[in-house]
Amino acid sequence: MAGPAPATTPVLELQDVRKSFGSVAALRSGSLAVQAGSIHALIGENGAGKSTLVKIVAGVHRRDSGTFRFQGEDVDFGSTASSKAAGIAVIYQEPTLFPDLSVTENIFMGRQPLGAGRRIDRARMHEEALSLFERLGVQIDPRRPARGLSIADQQVIEIAKAISLDASLLIMDEPTAALSGVEVERLFTIARSLRDEGRGLVFISHRFDEVFALCDTVTVMRDGEYVGTNAIAETTNDELVALMVGREVAELFPKTPAPLGDVVLDVQGLSSAGTFHDVTFQVRAGEIVGLAGLVGAGRSEIARAVFGVDKYDAGTVTMNGKPVPANRPRAAIGSGIAFVAEDRRKQGLVVEESVARNVASVIRRRLTKGGLLTSGAENKAAGPWASKLEVKTNALDMAASTMSGGNQQKVVIAKWLATNPKLLIIDEPTRGIDIGTKSEVHRLLSELAGQGMAILMISSELPEVLGMADRVLVVCEGQITAELDRAEATPEKVMHAATRGASTTEEIKA
Amino acid sequence: MSTPVLTRPDGQARTYDAYAQPWWKRTLLTREMAIIALVVAVYAWSMGNVANFDSPLTLYYLFLDVAPLLLIALPMTLIIITGEIDLSVASVVGLSSVLVGVLVQDGGLSVPVAALIAIAVGAVCGAFNGFLVAYVGLPSLAVTIGTLALYRGIAVGILGTTAKTDFPEKWTDLSKERIIEGQPYPMILIPFLVLLLGFVLLLHFSPFGRGVYDIGLNDEAAQFAGVDVARTKLWLFLLAGAVSALAGVYFTLRFGSARGDNANGMELQVIAAVLLGGVSIFGGRGALHGVVAGVLLIGVISSAMRLEGQTVNVINIVIGVLLVLSVISTNLLGWVSGQVRSRTRGSRPSTSRAQSGTSSTTEG
Repeated sequence: MAGPAPATTPVLELQDVRKSFGSVAALRSGSLAVQAGSIHALIGENGAGKSTLVKIVAGVHRRDSGTFRFQGEDVDFGSTASSKAAGIAVIYQEPTLFPDLSVTENIFMGRQPLGAGRRIDRARMHEEALSLFERLGVQIDPRRPARGLSIADQQVIEIAKAISLDASLLIMDEPTAALSGVEVERLFTIARSLRDEGRGLVFISHRFDEVFALCDTVTVMRDGEYVGTNAIAETTNDELVALMVGREVAELFPKTPAPLGDVVLDVQGLSSAGTFHDVTFQVRAGEIVGLAGLVGAGRSEIARAVFGVDKYDAGTVTMNGKPVPANRPRAAIGSGIAFVAEDRRKQGLVVEESVARNVASVIRRRLTKGGLLTSGAENKAAGPWASKLEVKTNALDMAASTMSGGNQQKVVIAKWLATNPKLLIIDEPTRGIDIGTKSEVHRLLSELAGQGMAILMISSELPEVLGMADRVLVVCEGQITAELDRAEATPEKVMHAATRGASTTEEIKA
Repeated sequence: MSTPVLTRPDGQARTYDAYAQPWWKRTLLTREMAIIALVVAVYAWSMGNVANFDSPLTLYYLFLDVAPLLLIALPMTLIIITGEIDLSVASVVGLSSVLVGVLVQDGGLSVPVAALIAIAVGAVCGAFNGFLVAYVGLPSLAVTIGTLALYRGIAVGILGTTAKTDFPEKWTDLSKERIIEGQPYPMILIPFLVLLLGFVLLLHFSPFGRGVYDIGLNDEAAQFAGVDVARTKLWLFLLAGAVSALAGVYFTLRFGSARGDNANGMELQVIAAVLLGGVSIFGGRGALHGVVAGVLLIGVISSAMRLEGQTVNVINIVIGVLLVLSVISTNLLGWVSGQVRSRTRGSRPSTSRAQSGTSSTTEG
């Protein structure tokens, strides 16, 4: 479904852009052509390569290969500064303003107008800020500090900054994720007026209703590749979902069926203000429950609360019928919960420590003799677990930092399996690891479930969820919006529940 | 539930070497060993070249002088390994000294009872630091700068500029007694060795100690692995307070004088010795044998230079330069190994950049 050939030179043109990080290709073949005076939606699942593409345009990353033209000229930005200077502005989901500086100072940071004697011309700066806000039709006092402004207002300031730089291309990366309905409307009004001024806009969103309401063109990406571009008027919600998912998943990660046992984890009415609300679910022995949803939907936060790293406001967590005290990871571990966290290097491992110490780090209290712990005891306990998971290392005293991501993940899993858990919570089990290790991890999870372990798996990779999980819970904006059995879980159903696209887009199109 | 046994496709289990390097490389080629070698070298050189350094009195006084540093350096090591710092230790020494003086002379208590009370107060002072750092979440640098002034202020407030000097001779003599008559080892080394043993077991041979390193290297991962970060820190600060108070008792008895300004500025000497001993100020690295060597190095150098007739100022300059050099050496080593690493790694990105250059020209 390639779009019609553009009549004019696009303001931004990317073709077959490729970018790898180590052995992982984040972007295989990214293509995007944005016309001046249009709002272009860029959509795709998590990990489809949207962010990498944006970062290449913004000058954060350099592409490995491919064409990158801006206003008809070949460009290659080595820094965000050169991208900005060329006229590209990127507005992120959470703007980064200097909280203690005034709104005006934030807008003119680094390029303050100078008056007599090279002193900053505050009056002129203030006037320019006022006229910017007038153009945008917003009421923000330019003199107030940025601290305490809502996310929406902070985004407006970023936009004001972009306009004052006369940016010809604005990229908004999920700008509406943290906004309320009224704020979204205001943002859209601003976006439309910028479009009418002849600027090009790229709008990244997971909310199809917004894509249909705001944009005129849409480009779909999947697995780091360009899938297609279409005019919004000529496409439908279902077509976009099909394009985003579009792949056979069943044969990728087969989970061998295991008999389900008793309920191991029972979560009732778990709530945490602003993060998740009234979350209730159970995980049985031998069952893999997949938590699907978009990044930022609150899945990891739910897991962190269950494990006791974060606090929660209401609800209960029960393991095998016994309540698990809140906010105490050690108690959760004692009750049989293991938690392979999302960020391996920050939360999963002490990367500067050795393999043996990392593997033994949760069970070391059990390894003491007369209260004393020796490296010998740690090595003895760690060796078999490293071996079972086929960790590739020269020796047990090698620092985890020297290993590949896949091997580090094996160390983290080994460390938790060593505790002999009844429930394994695993957040993004295969993020950033090579394909070989990936299938090893999947085989392992299937095997553990077969041995009667309860597994709660969070994954942003739809094929992984659909292939591995006996049951899929879809989380959207902090709430479980769908519960799907293995048989009825299809990519389309999950994506609909994750974006809440099904109901809202119908209304808009009607 | 039964232990999950995983089956490997080939049915064989791999075994690993425990260590990548032979034992002598692991033990000898360390920063701690370098400091120990330096102590031995400076000591040997001084024996041959500094007049009167070989007198038995030299070593005896050296031990008497560095005893408070040795004591306080023990808990300080653990605190710095967690990435925190305690600047209030010398003020606790002063406060404890004043308390012993007042309780013995005005309160009529016996020295052991007064000492126990002082140590308890020291523990409370430490626990207060620990509470503010671990549970309120304030930075330890700021907290202990505050309590440095607070505890010293209380100490000076109690006694003013006067001193309590009337202590039972039995106890003042004991503080300077030798373990074996004719040998240069004073009695204070006994409590020190007991504490050293305790701290070595705590830091190097206990789950608690592993947690201390984990916190210093990555406190988030430590928390995720079930280490109680806050409680660990609270205990360490409490220990620092108690041991500092014990050092204060010794300080008072040794000089027979309880003053509010006793041990003024000693916190910096302690921290200097700990860092000299190879503990990283950023946390996560260090060992107690290195720290003991670090304290002794400062002691040997001071003692040798004093015998050479140098003033305290000159001694401080030498120790200061040594400390700066030792810190630079770690950074220098890190920089060198970083350079080596980036050079071996550097080949890949440069080729990929070259590729992107050629491909964009052919296409463009």
